Amino acid sequence: MTNARSNAVRAGAARGLLEFRGTFTNPTDLFGYLYMPVLFVVLGFFLAGEEVDGAATNYGAVTYSGGLVLMLLMLGTLAVAQVLAAEREDGTFLRAKALPHGMLGYGVAKAVHLLSMSAVAMAIIVVPGLFVVEGFGPRGWVGAVTLVWVCALGLLAVAPIGAVLGALISNPRAVGLMMIPIMALVMLSGVLFPLELLPDWVLTAARVTPVYWLGLGVRAGTLPADYAALELAGSWQLPVVAAVLAAWAVVGSLVALRVLRRMARRESGSRVQAAREKAMRRVL
Amino acid sequence: MTSTPTTRTSRAEAQATGAAGDTVIRARGLRMNYGSAEVLRGVDFTARRGEVVALLGPNGAGKTTTVEILEGFRKRSAGDVEVLGADPEHGGEDWRAGLGVVLQSWRDHGRWRVRDLLHHFGRFYAPYSTPGRVRPHDTDDLLARVGLAEHADQRINKLSGGQRRRLDVAIGLVGRPEVLFLDEPTAGFDPRARRDFHDLVHDIVDSDDTTVLLTTHDLDEAEKLADRILVLAGGAIVADGSVEQLSALVERDSEVSWSVDGRRQVHTTDSPARHVAELYAEHGEDLTDLRVSRASLEDVYMELVRRHESGDADEAAHEFAKGIR
Repeated sequence: MTNARSNAVRAGAARGLLEFRGTFTNPTDLFGYLYMPVLFVVLGFFLAGEEVDGAATNYGAVTYSGGLVLMLLMLGTLAVAQVLAAEREDGTFLRAKALPHGMLGYGVAKAVHLLSMSAVAMAIIVVPGLFVVEGFGPRGWVGAVTLVWVCALGLLAVAPIGAVLGALISNPRAVGLMMIPIMALVMLSGVLFPLELLPDWVLTAARVTPVYWLGLGVRAGTLPADYAALELAGSWQLPVVAAVLAAWAVVGSLVALRVLRRMARRESGSRVQAAREKAMRRVL
Repeated sequence: MTSTPTTRTSRAEAQATGAAGDTVIRARGLRMNYGSAEVLRGVDFTARRGEVVALLGPNGAGKTTTVEILEGFRKRSAGDVEVLGADPEHGGEDWRAGLGVVLQSWRDHGRWRVRDLLHHFGRFYAPYSTPGRVRPHDTDDLLARVGLAEHADQRINKLSGGQRRRLDVAIGLVGRPEVLFLDEPTAGFDPRARRDFHDLVHDIVDSDDTTVLLTTHDLDEAEKLADRILVLAGGAIVADGSVEQLSALVERDSEVSWSVDGRRQVHTTDSPARHVAELYAEHGEDLTDLRVSRASLEDVYMELVRRHESGDADEAAHEFAKGIR
C-alpha cells in the first residue's frame, strides 16, 4: 500500500516541523545551538589581526570557517546520536515502532528536524561572520552555492556515523564522551589550524575522513581563491570533495540502515522498562 | 460479577450470531529461552474476536514476554503463533495497523501537547480506514472518552501519572484496533481511575468488537474485565477458563455458613448443595442468613502458585489442565 507509505512520510514531515518549532521554545536546546557561533565570532574577531602568509586573508577567517565545520560535525554526529539514544531509552522510538509505517515516519521526522535545524544553525554562524569576521564569507554566487552543497552533502556524510553511534550506545549520557574522538578528528583534519604543523602520516590518515574534505569544501566556499594554494594539493579539489563526501554518505547510509534495522527489531516494552529502571538507579 | 450486564448481553448476542466466533490470536507450543533459562516452555491458547482475555501469573512467569512475542516485538525460540492471520515475526506494516499496543510511558514526548500527539499518531492509520471501521478515532472524541478532554492542550510532562496512563490507552486505541494488548494497564491507578478504565474497556470491546489481551497482577481486575482467564506459571498455561470454570476446580472447598436461633455456623464441604438440603430438612424455616461461597479466583490462583512454588508445578499444571478440559 504505497498510499500508507506516502501518508507516513507526510505525517513524519509534519512531526519534524513541529519538533523544529519546539526547539525554539526550549531554552536549553536553543543554548546548545547558539553557544558555538558566539564562541567562534569572538575567536574570529581576535584572530583577525594574524595575517596568513601568501593569501589575502587572516587566521580569524580560517578559524571561523573551522567553526562552521565543527558545528556541522556536531549536529551530524553528536546531536543525532544524542537524540537517538535518548529516544530509544525513553520509549519514543518504541511508540514509532508500534505504528504502521511508524519507523518510516520517525526517520523522515528526524531528517526534517536535522536539516531544518542545521540550516538555521548555519545561518546563525555565517551571517554574523559576514559582518564581524574580516575576510570570511562566500565570494559571490559561486562561493555561496559551493558552501550550500558542501554543507548539505557533508551533513549527509556524517549523519549516518551519528545514527550508528546512537544505535550502539545505550546510555544517552555516555554520548557526551564522543566529544573526545570527534575533537581529535577535527584537530587532525586541519579544520581549526593548518595541516603543515602535523606529521606526514597524519596527513595521509586525515584524507580518509569526511571531516578533512568537508573542511576543504567549506574553505572553498568561504575564503579567498588564493588561499587554495596553501591547501595540501594546492587547489580546492572540489570534484574530489564531492566524490569523497558522496561515498561516505552512500556507504554510511547503507551501514546505518542495517544497524538501525537491527536495533529497531530488538526494541520492546521490557527493554524500555529496563532502561527506565537503570536510569532511575543512576538518579538515586 | 460486577461488570455491566449490557456488555455481557450484547457480547453474547454477537457470539450467538457467529460474528465473534473466529480466532484472532493463536499460540501453539510457544517457547522462549534466554540463554539457558527457559521462560516459556510450550504455551498454548487462543482468543476469539471480541473476547477479553486476562493473562495472570506471578512475577517472572513470562507474561510480558508472551505479549511482546504476540505484538511482534520479540523473536520467539520455537512454536507457532498467529495474530490476525499472520505470524507476528513477519507481520508487516499493514498487519500492524490492526493492532493496538498500550505501552508503559515514562517521559517520552514530554514537550508535546496531548492533542497534538494523539492526532499525530492517528494520522498513520488513516490509509487503513474502511466504511465499517473508520480510522483513526476522532482525536477530541477519544480524549473525551478517556477523560482527558480538559487536558487536551496541556504539555504531556505536566500530566499526572494517572493522566499519562489514560493517554497511553488512548494512543493504543487511536487506530481502532482489532486486537488490543494491555500490559499491566492499571498499575498505579487509584480505585476511581481503575473503575473508569474498566468501563472504557467494556465500552470499546462493545462498540468495536475488539479482542483484548491484558496482563495483570490484580485478580479483581481480571475477574471484572475478562471473559476468560489464563494462568501462566512455570512457563506454561496451567489454567484456562472463565472465573466460574476456574472456581469450579476447587468447589470441594466451598464454604456454607448459616444461622439457627441467632447462632452463626460455618461448614466446609465439597458438596454444598447436599449440605444445604440437609440443613433445610433439619431446621426448616429456622434456617436464616444462609450463604454459600465458592472458592474465589484468588483461592484458585493462590493454590496454583503455591503448588508451583513448592516445586509441584508440572503436577499442578497437569491437574488443572485436566480439570478444565
